[in-house]
Amino acid sequence: MKLQRTNRLRAVSLGAIAVSSALALTACGSDNTSTGSTASGGPSTSTNASAIKCDGAKGQLLSDGSSAQKNAIQAWVKNFSQACGVQINYKAGGSGAGVTAFTQGQIPWAGSDSALKPDAVAASKKVCSSGGQGIDLPMLGGPIAVGYNVNGVDNLVLDAPTIAKIFDGKITNWNDPAIAALNKGAKLPDLKIQAFHRSDDSGTTDNFTKYLKAATPENWKYSGGKTWQAQGGQSAAQSSGVAQQVKQTNGAIGYFELSYVGDGIKAASVNTGASAPVAPSSDSATKAIADAKVVGTGQDLSLKLNYNTKADGAYPITLVTYEIVCDKGNKPDTLPTVKSFLNYIASEDGQKILSGISYAPMPDEIISKVRTTIAGLS
Amino acid sequence: MDISTKKTTDAPPPTPQPADAGHRRAPRGATRPGDRIFLGLSRGSGILLLVIMAAIAVFLSYRASLAISKDHGNFLTTFEWNTNVIPPSFGIAVLAFGTVVSSVIAMALAVPVAVAIALFLTHYAPRKLSGPVAYVVDLLAAVPSIVYGLWGALILVPHLNGLFGWLNDYLGWTGIFSWQGGAPRSLLTVGILLAIMILPIITNVSREVFRQVPQMHEEAALALGATRWEVIRMAVLPFGRSGVISASMLGLGRALGETMAVATVLSPTFDIQTSLLDPGGGTFAQNIASKFGEATQDGRDALIASGLILFVITLLVNGAARAIIARRKEYSGANA
Repeated sequence: MKLQRTNRLRAVSLGAIAVSSALALTACGSDNTSTGSTASGGPSTSTNASAIKCDGAKGQLLSDGSSAQKNAIQAWVKNFSQACGVQINYKAGGSGAGVTAFTQGQIPWAGSDSALKPDAVAASKKVCSSGGQGIDLPMLGGPIAVGYNVNGVDNLVLDAPTIAKIFDGKITNWNDPAIAALNKGAKLPDLKIQAFHRSDDSGTTDNFTKYLKAATPENWKYSGGKTWQAQGGQSAAQSSGVAQQVKQTNGAIGYFELSYVGDGIKAASVNTGASAPVAPSSDSATKAIADAKVVGTGQDLSLKLNYNTKADGAYPITLVTYEIVCDKGNKPDTLPTVKSFLNYIASEDGQKILSGISYAPMPDEIISKVRTTIAGLS
Repeated sequence: MDISTKKTTDAPPPTPQPADAGHRRAPRGATRPGDRIFLGLSRGSGILLLVIMAAIAVFLSYRASLAISKDHGNFLTTFEWNTNVIPPSFGIAVLAFGTVVSSVIAMALAVPVAVAIALFLTHYAPRKLSGPVAYVVDLLAAVPSIVYGLWGALILVPHLNGLFGWLNDYLGWTGIFSWQGGAPRSLLTVGILLAIMILPIITNVSREVFRQVPQMHEEAALALGATRWEVIRMAVLPFGRSGVISASMLGLGRALGETMAVATVLSPTFDIQTSLLDPGGGTFAQNIASKFGEATQDGRDALIASGLILFVITLLVNGAARAIIARRKEYSGANA
């Protein structure tokens, strides 16, 4: 018995050592991440907070929606809550979750990377009192980069048919004549193309395939939507997962927001028929959005992008994300706060932040319409 | 000699015997208030359990019926999950295949290893070693699944290239182990990761069972001249069989329902690959996790319908396990 007891004691102490060392390790870990995040969050906080009008904003604001605009919202919330003392909690649970929460009346505004569907508009009429309905306010754009990782290839140029064939499994090798024709002088290796797409439903997939469908309908015959439909290829969860796979795999190509480019991933330029191939950037995305038409009726400002734009320096694979609110009949206790927050993000100061964090500000013509609409919210 | 001393040291294992004997006697002479209160409490708990199960089943069936009535494809055979378009079209064929195959791989890899570890800890390892090893196995069970997922995606997957190449070279002709050279994010990868995750549960329970083998059985076998391996084969394994099966079912339950680790490691697609090494496939839980955020109301109902199927599969597996254990009752410790 004695023997057993000491043995147990020893085992317990060993376990204790293991646990405490694990705790020590995690302590180090969280330390590192916190310093890392403050360092990366640094540049976006430099705007002066004095230009923000608070207008009776108070208390706490809950919201949910598109994860594509998460980083932008974070930067805005930081400045806005510093100036006005309002706590804003944006959950980034996905556009679908955001729209559902909005139409059930749980949150005063939602973020979404596609405009409201007719059935969601119908559902919103129950939430917005006095005859109002949910409307889309385009607030920021983002270029979707076609990122690749091929040793020795630096300035890849692709066009819509080639991109469609690569992601549909019709072009399977990097030295394919179709790619070589677009990249004269580049040394393309004899290497299998590994195309990665999103495994989860995603607005990024929706917008990427919308582009392929509009720009090269004969090569992309799928109906589109948030679910990836082409057969073959490989997939990973979230933009970060796709980027991680592209980074790990030589010969890989994938699509994700521009902020994931860098650190082993290069972004392809797109030959749109303009005078030179266009690389994804905040400016080139804004130029492409400037070619868009407003198709929403009434107060709704949903946009239809021109994916076949041939304007110089306009990058066509771009998504626009919306903020969704009621045009009339917002809840009186949250309206002032929502209105002043939207006012801030649509203001020049608010839009200026975007290009620093790989998003695209809205073109002047559209954002001025957005400002007018916000002023009329009730 | 050393065996007998070893056995005496851990001879009285504190086994919590379920209130098996008491439940027959208590109600009949229930005159004292304590008995009646306890009777009420335990009966109430039993009924509560049934009510909870029924509530889950009713909720799942109701929402599932809403979704299936709108399904444009065949819910059981469609190789597609497209709920955000009109009309929605979705089916669980790929998910059922992936869930079952990855769990079977996990069981095939984990159960022999877990039994071997448990035997080593109870019958071979010196006492100085068995304690610490047992604690490390316990710690493995405490690691959250998302951590396994991260480890799998960042370390396991890149290191599987060698194994997959080897399998393709020597077993590629079977078709099941052929590999086209994609990133090794396939059902086999998921199976390997799940095997590591369920290993501690199976090991722990098996170890407890092996430790409770009646000492007289082993001593009798030894007295008849059996070697240590023969003792294990003739006394320990038959005694522990139903316990090992129960342990395996606990592990299988975790493997069937594992979500985040699978979603992180697998490259899901909605088709069935003949090869276990080519990326593709999917599981119920992984599919629910990856489609939920962007799902509309109909999409959520469809995911709930797939959850109902997982619920049914799990019930069937557990029922089968109980049937197996019941059939082997004559070997179990109850009449030893």
